Amino acid sequence: MAIITFRDAIREAIDEEMERDDSVILLGEEVAQYNGAYKVSRGLLDKYGAARVIDTPISEEGFTGVGVGAALAGLRPIVEWMTFNFSLMAYDQVVSNAAKSRYMSGGQLKVPVVFRGPNGPAEYLAAQHSQALEVIYAHIPGLKVVAPGTPYDAKGLLKSSIRDDNPVIFLESEMMYAWKGEVPAGEYLIPLGEADIKREGSDVTIVTFSKPLKLAREAAGELEKEGISVEIVDVRSIRPLDEETIYTSVRKTNRCLVLEESWPFASVGSHIAWLISKNCFDYLDAPVELVSMEDVPMPYNHRLELAVQPSVEKVKEVCKRVLYKES
Amino acid sequence: MAEKIQMLALSPTMERGRIVKWLKGEGDEIASGDVICEVETDKATMEYESINEGTILKIIVGEGKDAAIGDTIAIVGEKGEDISGVLAEIERGREKEKMAVEGGSREGESRVAGEEAEEAKATATAGVSAGELFTARSTDESTAKSAARSITESAIESTAESAAGGIPSGKGRVKASPLAKKIARDAGIDISSVRGTGPEGRVVKRDVEGFLRAGSKSAAFGRTEIKEAEGLRGRKIPVTGMRKVIAERLSNSKFQSPHYYLKLTVEVESLMEARRRLNESVGKKVSFNAFLLKFVAEALKRNPQVNAGWFGDYIEYFPSVDIGIAVALENGLITPVVKNCEKLGILDIDGELELLIERAKAGKLKPDEYSGATFTISNLGSFGIEEFTAIINPPGSAILAVGSIAEQVVSIDGIPSVRKLMKLTLSCDHRVIDGAVGARFLKDLKDIIEEPIRALY
Repeated sequence: MAIITFRDAIREAIDEEMERDDSVILLGEEVAQYNGAYKVSRGLLDKYGAARVIDTPISEEGFTGVGVGAALAGLRPIVEWMTFNFSLMAYDQVVSNAAKSRYMSGGQLKVPVVFRGPNGPAEYLAAQHSQALEVIYAHIPGLKVVAPGTPYDAKGLLKSSIRDDNPVIFLESEMMYAWKGEVPAGEYLIPLGEADIKREGSDVTIVTFSKPLKLAREAAGELEKEGISVEIVDVRSIRPLDEETIYTSVRKTNRCLVLEESWPFASVGSHIAWLISKNCFDYLDAPVELVSMEDVPMPYNHRLELAVQPSVEKVKEVCKRVLYKES
Repeated sequence: MAEKIQMLALSPTMERGRIVKWLKGEGDEIASGDVICEVETDKATMEYESINEGTILKIIVGEGKDAAIGDTIAIVGEKGEDISGVLAEIERGREKEKMAVEGGSREGESRVAGEEAEEAKATATAGVSAGELFTARSTDESTAKSAARSITESAIESTAESAAGGIPSGKGRVKASPLAKKIARDAGIDISSVRGTGPEGRVVKRDVEGFLRAGSKSAAFGRTEIKEAEGLRGRKIPVTGMRKVIAERLSNSKFQSPHYYLKLTVEVESLMEARRRLNESVGKKVSFNAFLLKFVAEALKRNPQVNAGWFGDYIEYFPSVDIGIAVALENGLITPVVKNCEKLGILDIDGELELLIERAKAGKLKPDEYSGATFTISNLGSFGIEEFTAIINPPGSAILAVGSIAEQVVSIDGIPSVRKLMKLTLSCDHRVIDGAVGARFLKDLKDIIEEPIRALY
């Protein structure tokens, strides 16, 4: 099986879908002539032309609105946000128009648009450009939110997202673009709303998504050497959420921590932790824990920048805590 | 100057105590005589009265944790005082103790008052118990206590990692994980009898599983145990607490004191009649045992050699007649003592018995209420036991085993006649009571029972 980067997995998904369906277009800042700020769209302008791969002005509200309108008019636009930090400019288009049109038209209108780009902290980007904003989208009924953590999942999920008739928020990460993984040749789809057990274990469940999956895997590997068996549930899509897979795992291990890279207050992770506490109550041997970003704006100082984010060490420590083991 | 508050011997046979509840917390002011915590000893739950004064700076032994006599359970001093030195000292003490335990010095010889400090340390825990296993009234308790106080360093460290070392949930709200509760519920065990090892004594999965593995389902008090008594089959149950005390005391008695047994049969018609009349006159049921205690007391007054105890190099003839009566508990047995029976009337004894038995069943007896019996009565008549031999309960030297009352045909002057009869078996310690002395006592008792007016002779 070919080993490719996350970046190429996304490009393959877009390429295959554009090839398959003429209504699929890509628009955003520098997606065409520059081949994308992170080179995700490399070669797509040459292949599909300027009518389908469109450079937009630096105006998130404008081109996001264009994407929503194009979707309502029958196209399947992929709107690239250079980062999710900039998507704040376009939030009203997403919440008021993309998320509501299907509902308010009684289902007469479809909004098959994908908003994608890097979310979450990278490095040295300071407070304004290091935010993990998934919860402000996950909060909105009418949106789907997808958060792959591997190239394989990214490709299969993006293809499903493009074919979905609802607006989909698709979370990537600057750090992940270069990560590699096995991706089979040829078409495959991963349905939205199906979690994946990334690692089987018996002592504690880590529920996570997107970039922190890597931390979970590293921590699990180290804990295994200490005799602690970790199960990792990668939810892959935040909305819809595959609750049953999470519950099945927690009912098996009796202990759970939710791992995410956003702030903890009213976060996706805290919501999942609540769901688990509520639905697995009689199976819990310890409180459900949350490992997240510290509740502060991202410091610019690099050591502090690392210190406030979830780490392998933090994950290991909390795993031991829920197992009542001294760390 | 910060001082250590240490675990004291709150019961004569106590080696370790478990803090059931802290009534004072860190930061609280305490005065001498204040009850600062409740301690579960081997037989009862006792109030711990402080001999220290000041502010509680730190609680060392938390609720549900064990402490050996002399262990520091808290630190008292002036508000804001630096206690790092004291804490370090306690830590050092624990290290030493660990080594002492590994050295096998726990089975020490009996304590001799005034023994050298080092030796006292080595025999610390054993000293208080083995030396005074039977709480002889001659025991100098204050010596024992002060010896215990001087051995802070030698406290046996609580084996917190073992299932026994956690926090006992005890009464009241039990902290337990939802899963632990579910497992306990499904297994039909009372979660309050499981010791928690999680934070703040939370009972977690491993605790309940350990409890089930240990097969201590039977340790759960109450109806569950009775209902599921058959669940004991094939299980191994650790010997702890009261069971251990019973085993030690009775083995010691049976192995050390040469028992002999005297048996006779008494007619109880007169006694029954006297009881019937008394019941009528006071409008309540006076217990049969109250009569027995009174009559035994009268017989002992006439035979003071039987109201005596063996102390190795001397025999003490006790100044009062304090009669213990064996009371079965769901998980063992205890002998509440009615003191000064020789001075009490039957009704007084009955009232006292009622109170003591009630307290015994509630586990609320204080050590001086269940120890120091100069004579003991064990009555298994209500089970239909015709006769049996009992093991002497020191410091007394004799125990009376009372059988059931049954109608039997006997020959009176050659004529068959139906009589209500009861068999008495007296166990005596031959070191104290010779055969004839025991026989005379039993004969006197028989006479009084058969003709109660004799109590006045």
